Amino acid sequence: MRLGFLCALALAIAASGPAHAHLLYVTNEKDDTVSIIDTKTLEVVDTISVGERPRGITLSKDKTKLYVCASDSDTVQVLDIKTNKVLHELPSGEDPEQFALHPDGRLLFIANEDDAVTTIVDTQTRTVVAQIDVGVEPEGMAVSPDGKWAITTSETTNMAHWIDVAERKLVHNSLVDQRPRHAEFDPDGKRLWISSEIGGTVTVFDVDSKKEIKKISFTLPGISQDRVQPVGIRLTRDGSLAFVALGPSNHVAVVDAKTYEIKDYLLVGRRVWHMVLTPEEDLLFTTNGVSGDVSVVDVKDLKVIKTIKVGRYPWGAEILPTN
Amino acid sequence: MSSGAQARAGGMYLVRRALMACAWLALLACPVRAEVEVEILYLEHQRAQPPTLSNLDAPPSDDGLQGARLGIADNATTGQFLKQNYALREVIVTPENDFLARAKQALAEKAAPFIIVNAPAQDVLALADLPETKDALIFNAGAPDTRLRQNDCRANVLHTLPSRAMLADALMQFLTKKRWTNIMLIEGPGDGDKAFGAALRNSAEKFRASITADKSWTLKADMRRNAGAEVPALTQDADYDVVLVSDEAGDFGQYILYNTWLARPVAGSQGLMPLGWHRAVEQWGAVQLQNRFKEAAKRDMRARDYAAWAAVRSIGEAVARQNTGDPKAIVSYVKSPDFKLALFKGRALDYRSWNGQLRQPIPLVHTGALVALAPMEGFLHQTSDLDTLGIDGPETKCKMN
Repeated sequence: MRLGFLCALALAIAASGPAHAHLLYVTNEKDDTVSIIDTKTLEVVDTISVGERPRGITLSKDKTKLYVCASDSDTVQVLDIKTNKVLHELPSGEDPEQFALHPDGRLLFIANEDDAVTTIVDTQTRTVVAQIDVGVEPEGMAVSPDGKWAITTSETTNMAHWIDVAERKLVHNSLVDQRPRHAEFDPDGKRLWISSEIGGTVTVFDVDSKKEIKKISFTLPGISQDRVQPVGIRLTRDGSLAFVALGPSNHVAVVDAKTYEIKDYLLVGRRVWHMVLTPEEDLLFTTNGVSGDVSVVDVKDLKVIKTIKVGRYPWGAEILPTN
Repeated sequence: MSSGAQARAGGMYLVRRALMACAWLALLACPVRAEVEVEILYLEHQRAQPPTLSNLDAPPSDDGLQGARLGIADNATTGQFLKQNYALREVIVTPENDFLARAKQALAEKAAPFIIVNAPAQDVLALADLPETKDALIFNAGAPDTRLRQNDCRANVLHTLPSRAMLADALMQFLTKKRWTNIMLIEGPGDGDKAFGAALRNSAEKFRASITADKSWTLKADMRRNAGAEVPALTQDADYDVVLVSDEAGDFGQYILYNTWLARPVAGSQGLMPLGWHRAVEQWGAVQLQNRFKEAAKRDMRARDYAAWAAVRSIGEAVARQNTGDPKAIVSYVKSPDFKLALFKGRALDYRSWNGQLRQPIPLVHTGALVALAPMEGFLHQTSDLDTLGIDGPETKCKMN
């Protein structure tokens, strides 16, 4: 079995050609650390200490800094990727969980889970620009590629809140299924994807009309429907595939993003939260909270090729490209 | 910022659609949604606390009420985006006063289509049988009596607090899984103690555990001085894997721990406890609820708080989805198969059609940690494994009409 796995791994690596050596950063929620993985060797190369309960993580536009939500420290930390040291902290409001960087590279939109607000922070002046009231337990955060819309999902209110970025105002609310956790725009900004963890669905909205165009359900043979809990969503750049992490069902759904048909379910580690793609989109990495590891998916073959042990409760993931 | 939400929750009256306002607003081409105002009546009959040997953990006087208040705040935060407002009318009756008389008076002052009741079983029944509550939706958030879900069920009552049968089944599944199936049961003298003792016996039979020693607590000594001498004597004449105690008032149960003749774990009302909610529940995003509650109530959230909160959230969820405060529409939606609620127990929850009990996982906790969440893996059911806890459809004696 193990030999078979190694063979498969060797073949998969051979088949996918020379993998690029990017760095993958994974936040370990219950270790207060970030694991750094070389995406070529698929080994952990470093583990760095950050603030308490790190969750969301995202790269600055100039690719020199990483922003990390340190939820229990009530701050967003700015890491220098050269030294892996915390440069400074940003005011974030209480309990920042997820955030999204505006395409201008300057404004950071933060969901403050304990406070029912979305905080907008200017990363240059390091000041809070605005706080906007949203529903109970805001979590998912996304900014549209054109920078016009910021979306916050609130888990107990069961809504996606549409914030007009220019006006800094909440202008629309869309009810979705229970416990919406993540928001993701299409690369072209035409559609918005929202996952509902307890509702077990992903709702897709047309951004122009803000109307629901599709609700995707997931059924895995032999797995109780209760355990199918969509969380993280990632789309390929060409908008052809969507990956949906299904939490305690321990699977990632592969969805045809045009027809909304489910192409496959991939078995990964336990309680899969979030995912990130390499710039070449040859590999997808998933954070598996309960098993404390990262699964590596070959995107072309849709096969899991390796599991990498990281810290306790890995949650967020971000890639630093080397080219 | 959450105080703003609470302020928005205050000062609104009675369920009604503001039809006039709506017509007026329509002229101005404003939002399509009508304004909905929902008032929930919270009725509590406080229970006299029996004297206990120790007062280390006296129950708070606002057990249940704080949960209802938090539910209102949660609903109101959501409601602000939908033009739906919520208010709680609190009527609290002290132990020596007549609950039913006060309840009638409250209903005469103003009709109440949505009621949360935190009171002993006989008060719940008396309230549910009033002509004034015939079409109301009553949530029982205070009485764990299994009979309210069986022969004494009522069509206008839903139960957010788990029954003693559910709690006993949750514990028994865990014991079965651990193979601690030879049980010494020590039952206290209170009515609740006897009812929970009976639930444990039923459950032992259901899951094929055996009660090898069945004892009543009769010792009158002050256990703070004598536990070391009395409890070994009480527990030395049998063989057992585990000692179950039924002492709902917390009189003697905590003195059984570490004083048994054999080195055995203690479970039930003390030791490892099956509870509807406990501060040790942190999974499934529950930390957020715990934090929110603690900030508002200045104490930890308890099972009755959770039950009252779940009741208010049930109404809030129905009002948000249906965009109406019309009692008939809300009642039928809450009871329909479409109704699903996220309640921080890891899955969507709803109400059993045969007796109105909220299906829910039961945490098994000790004072410092969550040990397991029942139903335990491996206890299967043809429709929902949650129905392995408590009264299942085929066993129901409930006739709703």
